Amino acid sequence: MRDVAVINVGVTRFGEMWDESFRAIGIEAGMQAIMDAGIAGDDIDALYVGNMSAGRFIDQEHIGALIADYSGMASAHIPATRVEAAGASGGLAFRQGFLAVASGLHDIVVVGGAEKMTDVGDVQSNSIQATAADQEWEVTLGATFASLHAMIAKRYMYDFEAVREELAAVAVKNHRHGAMNPKAQFRREITMDTVLNAPKVADPLGMFDCSPNSDGSAAVVLCSLERAREFTDTPVKVLASSQASDTLALHHRNDICTFAGTRVAARRAYEMAGIGPQQVQVAEVHDNFSISEIIAIEDLGFFDRGTGGKATVDGQTAIGGNVAINTSGGLKARGDPVGATGVAQIVELVHQLRGEADRRQVEAEVGLAQNVGGTGATVVVNILGVA
Amino acid sequence: MAAPRFWREAPSRYNLVATRCGNCGSVSFPPRSFCPKCHRKSVGRMERFRLAGKGSVYTYSVVHEVPSELDMQKPYVIAMIEMDEGAKLTAQVIDVDPKDVHIGMRVRATLRRLGDEGPDGIIHYGYKFVPILN
Repeated sequence: MRDVAVINVGVTRFGEMWDESFRAIGIEAGMQAIMDAGIAGDDIDALYVGNMSAGRFIDQEHIGALIADYSGMASAHIPATRVEAAGASGGLAFRQGFLAVASGLHDIVVVGGAEKMTDVGDVQSNSIQATAADQEWEVTLGATFASLHAMIAKRYMYDFEAVREELAAVAVKNHRHGAMNPKAQFRREITMDTVLNAPKVADPLGMFDCSPNSDGSAAVVLCSLERAREFTDTPVKVLASSQASDTLALHHRNDICTFAGTRVAARRAYEMAGIGPQQVQVAEVHDNFSISEIIAIEDLGFFDRGTGGKATVDGQTAIGGNVAINTSGGLKARGDPVGATGVAQIVELVHQLRGEADRRQVEAEVGLAQNVGGTGATVVVNILGVA
Repeated sequence: MAAPRFWREAPSRYNLVATRCGNCGSVSFPPRSFCPKCHRKSVGRMERFRLAGKGSVYTYSVVHEVPSELDMQKPYVIAMIEMDEGAKLTAQVIDVDPKDVHIGMRVRATLRRLGDEGPDGIIHYGYKFVPILN
């Protein structure tokens, strides 16, 4: 296996983009990444696109071919593959691209992620997102995607005597970070009171504990490390890529306040990179709900079990803290166009490792991305480092 | 959800049919073809049986933002129930003030209407849980 580098990235603004179609959004980030890298269409060996549910959101499947076509590559007949693992689609598409280059099969691969969620209403969008859970044995019985996470939060508060403010602190911190990200869906700070007094979604979670519906895309260009400097002076090396699965339904886990998928994927990734969690200075984690970030930072080894919420309240996960979590604003504030999210996490890490993150810049040589599908049934962990 | 897709699951939805591994004794609900712990050793040894229907609330949530077909029920309580036989499942807890639901609360299964296929379609039934009164 050979070393792989990210040679360039692109990301659209995230938000409600009424005047843009899926295909327009889908190619925008890819075009940015390719143009800035100075590569031509002929140089690209393959395309991977992370997308959760275009079939339900816009009645369109066959997304790999669609994006290749509207990127102007139909005549090049490159292999174009859609990758789906619910919320982890983007991170998994990145992993597929990584494997293709690491194996030596391809030299230059474009990885994109895209979702167009706002062509359906909120209620329908919630029902589409719930397809990541077990339809037969969770959703049919009345579970929503938010309520599955609310049940995790309720049990977490019971097991660790955590308080509601610990959940809210995640949203406050991620909005503060998002306010510094020009591409974020929400660029305003919020107060603890705003989170605590928001309309209820599924107790104990309120509106500000939940990531929004978003449109958007993100893309990265991968290349073998040995050729990377043909295209850029600042390649970012992929130190590790790992993936793990778990039961589809949450109720089949012995302990729902930890995702074994995250713990296993992280252990494999740290081994592959030859580092431990203490060497990670910046991480993008899957905060689709506030509780998700708390258990993610525990499962990734940044904090002991039951202490992630308190660490967040204490500011240890903010920019300037021990480990900066979700400097982009995370899914909460940057936005969560599902299939794009895992790739957008990589884009943020590359900005951080290249020193291009402006006001949200942290001192970092190693960054980690954790991308989750469903309630932890798929987890992808990718680790990047300064080359 | 199409009607056959619902009918297929009727034994477990109506009567809580589960499987017990003939090798290690662990219980799976809904039924599984293989034991998640014993794998190959469980092949052909998964025995079907009915859960007694009693259990305890492992965790729960009061749901306010609900799917359109459950709009009339909001807010409702969704819970993860740990059955006395050991398996956990997800279901609504009904006939109770949401404020009185708590982790550890004793509940029993009851057959209720889960939803329908629209005004002209079939009605789906399945388990929900009610408190066990002392």
